[in-house]
Amino acid sequence: MSESREKVLTRVRRALGRGSLDERTCSQLAARISSPPTLTRIDFTEDAVERFVIKARGEAATVARIADDQEIPDAVAQYLKSHNLAAKFVAAPALRSIDWPQHLDIDFGTTRGEHESGVTPCLAAVAETGSVVLLSGVQTPTSLNLLPDNHIVIVRHSQVLRNFEDVWRQLRERDAALPRAVNFVTGPSRTGDIEQTIQLGAHGPRRVHIILVDDTEA
Amino acid sequence: MQFTSADFQRNVTKALNDPHLQQALKRGMHGFVDKRAEAAAAVPEFERLRDEAREIKDHTLKYLDYYLERFEESVIRSGGHVHWAADAIDARNIVLEICRKANARSITKGKSMAGEEIDLNEALEAQGFEVVETDLGEYIIQLAKEPPSHIIAPAVHKTREQVTELFHQHHRALGFEQRQTEVTALVDEARQVLRKKFLHADVGITGANFLIAETGSNVIVTNEGNGDLTSTIPRVHVVTAGLEKVVPTLEDMTVLMRVLARSATGQEASTYTTIFTGPRREGDEDGPEEYHVVLIDSGRTAILETDFKEILRCIRCGACLNHCPVWSSVGGHAYGWVYSGPMGAVLTPLLKGLEATRHLPNACTLNGRCEQNCPVRIPLPAMLRKLRHRQYEDNLTGATTRYGLNVWAYLAKRPALYRLVTNVAARTLFLLGKRRGRFSRLPLAGGWTRGRDLPAPQGATFHSQWRARNSS
Ligand code: SF4
Repeated sequence: MSESREKVLTRVRRALGRGSLDERTCSQLAARISSPPTLTRIDFTEDAVERFVIKARGEAATVARIADDQEIPDAVAQYLKSHNLAAKFVAAPALRSIDWPQHLDIDFGTTRGEHESGVTPCLAAVAETGSVVLLSGVQTPTSLNLLPDNHIVIVRHSQVLRNFEDVWRQLRERDAALPRAVNFVTGPSRTGDIEQTIQLGAHGPRRVHIILVDDTEA
Repeated sequence: MQFTSADFQRNVTKALNDPHLQQALKRGMHGFVDKRAEAAAAVPEFERLRDEAREIKDHTLKYLDYYLERFEESVIRSGGHVHWAADAIDARNIVLEICRKANARSITKGKSMAGEEIDLNEALEAQGFEVVETDLGEYIIQLAKEPPSHIIAPAVHKTREQVTELFHQHHRALGFEQRQTEVTALVDEARQVLRKKFLHADVGITGANFLIAETGSNVIVTNEGNGDLTSTIPRVHVVTAGLEKVVPTLEDMTVLMRVLARSATGQEASTYTTIFTGPRREGDEDGPEEYHVVLIDSGRTAILETDFKEILRCIRCGACLNHCPVWSSVGGHAYGWVYSGPMGAVLTPLLKGLEATRHLPNACTLNGRCEQNCPVRIPLPAMLRKLRHRQYEDNLTGATTRYGLNVWAYLAKRPALYRLVTNVAARTLFLLGKRRGRFSRLPLAGGWTRGRDLPAPQGATFHSQWRARNSS
């Protein structure tokens, strides 16, 4: 298929009325990639955490706020109970270190959809839109974000960033290459494809519940 | 799909007389315009974002060869493959070959307009693959064996009752005996049927809202999550995308994403925005083992060479369709191909030739609302005018119209004669139409009077009224 490659690139250059770019232009363009331009962000004055909560709720996610990490198991159990869900779920291996009580039946790993509920951490959350940012990885399989009907995400105050641009910065600091999938999830799955009537629970989770941990130093 | 743009006028008559379509449009289309207006008004940055979106696209197109090569390099670095398709045949063959090599039997698809353009489903089915569209709207029209009628709401022309019948007909054999009539129950039934398809697919094919040169990623934006499931569960992920989808960096993508969601559905962000980069990494428990991107030219570089190149900025948000009075009256199918509305009326002639599509640029009232709402500020009305001009030059304009234009041009260059003729005409029509004040039939104006009355002139031309007014 390298024949097509040359054909297409030649056509592009002909259409642009020039040959290959000179070295100077190439290095200018490379510089534009390595230090991207500062473009317009959505600006806001309110506190990032408060805005995140309002925006997430506005997109039909639910948010429970707790004071520290030790309350996570209880918060999960309570949520399941309040929705009449079994005390059984799949959790990202990254969450093994939490001190889970015996009465919760947890599978650590991935899922093929056999789990009704799933619990995951996140890389960050975005106050601009109320989204959570989920990375694929050995410790955080992507299927957990998609297949269970109920998706519980643990977010810490310190993880709430203002704009998407702040997420890019963090991703670049983390690793030169992106993980296979970076999911921005804003509320539960939905569709408007039948008469434009918004219906939750299209293909992904029917519910998204955020457990927001206040990890700021008192 | 069938290409019926040449039959535009017949398609329109059919659309206007289709009660299901008219009802579906009435029920489905009212929300888009208000939601977009609210979303745009909610952020003071919106107009600036639109300017930047336009600049980003223009910049990328100006150095398209560079960014495509950078994109390819980044994909390879992350373990994926890039395939270049000069035309639709190339593109289909590449995808078929990938599916054959993967020993695939069943394929799930996320919505891809590029896929529609190259008739990918037909090609795959002809080779014996089972192909299932997973975007709910695309799934509905796949069952109905119809093309999409709107770029972001492909089944907006279907009423709930029609969906009930389609599902009943196709899902009965799968154990869904009951006819569902509520939207909730219909969505749930589709969820159950499609969940099985997701889990058993060997290959997932999606489009791309954006390709990022910096990282070698494709970005998919959905509300359903079907694009994510299609890209995560099967062994192989194939992305089909027009080569104009590439942008330089994550920051550039962010600006476009902000204007896309607001212009399309009035959302600040779609429910799922996902950046996919390469195949699964060592130790990963899910994700495809192979990641392929098919970069499709198929007429795009030819457009890049013309003064219509601005249409390549299009991010397929659908706003110009939603704001178009013609689209709103007849829906998308009348346009006779994959793309409809103002962007379709520009793009289809450029991709499929001016001759078979000559009605499309004329199906426009030049009211300008498409351009006012286009997130990347594509001058659609000016382009439609230019296409009309091009038709005239190429002798594609109909004989009657040509004759009319010639007569008008002759008179317009002779002011005295112009005034005389228009005065006589205005008076004659005034006298003839005196009784009712309007005409329901008039020689040479059948195209107008077939659908509506022509008001009778008030007896004096604009020129003479103007003169009378200024002298008094
Ligand atoms: S032409 Fe503009 S408004 Fe129309 S679909 Fe493309 S980007 Fe949207």
